[in-house]
Amino acid sequence: MKSLRQFMDKIRPAFEEGGKLERLYPLFEATDTFLYSTDEVTTVEPHVRDSMDLKRIMTLVVYALMPCVFMAMWNTGYQANLAMQSMNLTAAPGWRGAVLTALVGYDPNSFVANIIHGALYFIPVYFVSVAVGGFWEVLFGIVRKEDVNEGLLVSSLIFPLSLPPTIPLWQVALGITFGIVVAKEIFGGTGRNFVNPALAGRAFLYFAYPAQNSGDAVWVVADGFSGATPLTALATTNMSTGMDAINVSWTTAFLGIEPGSLGETSALACLIGAIIIAYTGVGSWRIMLSMLIGGMGFSALLWAIGSDTNPMFLMPPWWHLVVGSFAFGLVFCITDPVSATLTQTGKYFYGAIAGILTILIRVINPAYPEGVMVAILLANVFAPVIDYFVLQANIKRRKIRNGT
Amino acid sequence: MAELKIKELLWEPIINRNPVTLGVLGICSALAVTGKMQTALVMTICVTVVVACSSFAISLIRNQIPSSVRIGVQITIIATMVIVVAQFLEAFLFDVSKQLSVYVGLIITNCIVMGRAEAFAMKNSPGASLLDGIGNGLGYGLVLMVVAFFRELFGSGTIFGFEVLKSVTQGGWYVNNGLMVLPPSAFFLITFLIWAIRTWKPEQNEED
Repeated sequence: MKSLRQFMDKIRPAFEEGGKLERLYPLFEATDTFLYSTDEVTTVEPHVRDSMDLKRIMTLVVYALMPCVFMAMWNTGYQANLAMQSMNLTAAPGWRGAVLTALVGYDPNSFVANIIHGALYFIPVYFVSVAVGGFWEVLFGIVRKEDVNEGLLVSSLIFPLSLPPTIPLWQVALGITFGIVVAKEIFGGTGRNFVNPALAGRAFLYFAYPAQNSGDAVWVVADGFSGATPLTALATTNMSTGMDAINVSWTTAFLGIEPGSLGETSALACLIGAIIIAYTGVGSWRIMLSMLIGGMGFSALLWAIGSDTNPMFLMPPWWHLVVGSFAFGLVFCITDPVSATLTQTGKYFYGAIAGILTILIRVINPAYPEGVMVAILLANVFAPVIDYFVLQANIKRRKIRNGT
Repeated sequence: MAELKIKELLWEPIINRNPVTLGVLGICSALAVTGKMQTALVMTICVTVVVACSSFAISLIRNQIPSSVRIGVQITIIATMVIVVAQFLEAFLFDVSKQLSVYVGLIITNCIVMGRAEAFAMKNSPGASLLDGIGNGLGYGLVLMVVAFFRELFGSGTIFGFEVLKSVTQGGWYVNNGLMVLPPSAFFLITFLIWAIRTWKPEQNEED
């Protein structure tokens, strides 16, 4: 490590002002602070003695996402192997098939086989999203002479986790490009994204290429296997017999052993992540709590109303929490501090709006089974308005109190 | 002098004072009719004709219009022009007219037409107003055509209906971008266009 430090110090002058590679300074700075903690200190007040800088925050979110990453690999592999078993397929096509046949086989009961099968799908998607997202980030950093930072690591991890496992890699590249450039860099880069970049990219793909991003055929990576996610199945099932109509139990759905997006199936993994980011204060518990209450409360209301024609009305609130990406959105997407409201009071409204909208879109519009993505994007857009009203209310209250 | 002014009237609204990218007018129809280049072209011609003729007509009687009822008079003239254009389309280009549906009639609500009448034709000679109308129609049309080009190319893989990118459904390689078929994509494209123009001509940037 010491020689690496010496090497970085040796090449530093070339990147600093007047150096040969001056234009690439953001790239050097990013590598340097990624490897070592920064030696830069603030020169003006206030001096906060806290190691919780942007880098630490982003790294913590990445740690919190690890359970989801694990599920992305294991569950994707498990679903694929299970589907192949049921279809009596002995080998997967393509290079992945070659690797799997040679190494581990396709036994759904084998932990290693599942992990590797899933990893062969998740790792390329993740790699493309980091590489392409990083390319744009560095390009804008160099042109604008700004530092590149770890925010990208979070966006480019949340984004692949929200995609279906069968996603073509060029669509991953296109989606993250849209997310990073349109939702973030155009508005000024890190800390200025008005909506969540990962979700913006996901929404772009959803509307641009619905065939590869929604429907029944994309959630399991076995060729030709049509496996609906519990949520899409629910929207089309006759639910007069209750939730037994779909053959997934609540516990299975909670653990996330079901077809679905790469990393969004498991409510348990999201719960672990929620504990990490709420305990460390990286994500606001106020937002998470209010989105939970908003979603659960509104779905309980709809559940109580009931409906003869729309099966989604019959879904109990506790089911809403474990199917689809409600839990994932609640923990990792809505809590992005940049696109969320800034005022503490505003956070309750902000979370509640997202929760209610999610259930509204899910239940009232069965043609559109997953509402979390759009609901959170809408809440992002409303965040500044909420802040405005909270501030105005505060000003008004103080005026009355001080009697001016 | 006169020569210079003609040029200015005709060319300034194309880029420098473009009604869409600088004035941010006529956005609604720029979203609605730009799915295909053919409809965008017909719309361009219609709007150009309406703006030019109505500006000319309004300018002719600008000294007779009482100020208190001028908006009503302008609307009457513009509505007449729009109805003439709509009837013409239905008579001779029925297919296109069906594709454009209500949007031909809605030219009357296009802010560019009213804006030019109120801001220019009420103060200038008929000849200048005619040229100004044509210029603004073309400026509007340029944006429409650029947006329609990208939307049709990436959304359907065609240009003016001719296949350029062979789509997967036809046995080719190009996967149609469904977002481009939806009108909201024009928001992104117009924004990119404004970004490009203001990078090229920074003097168009508004002050904060």
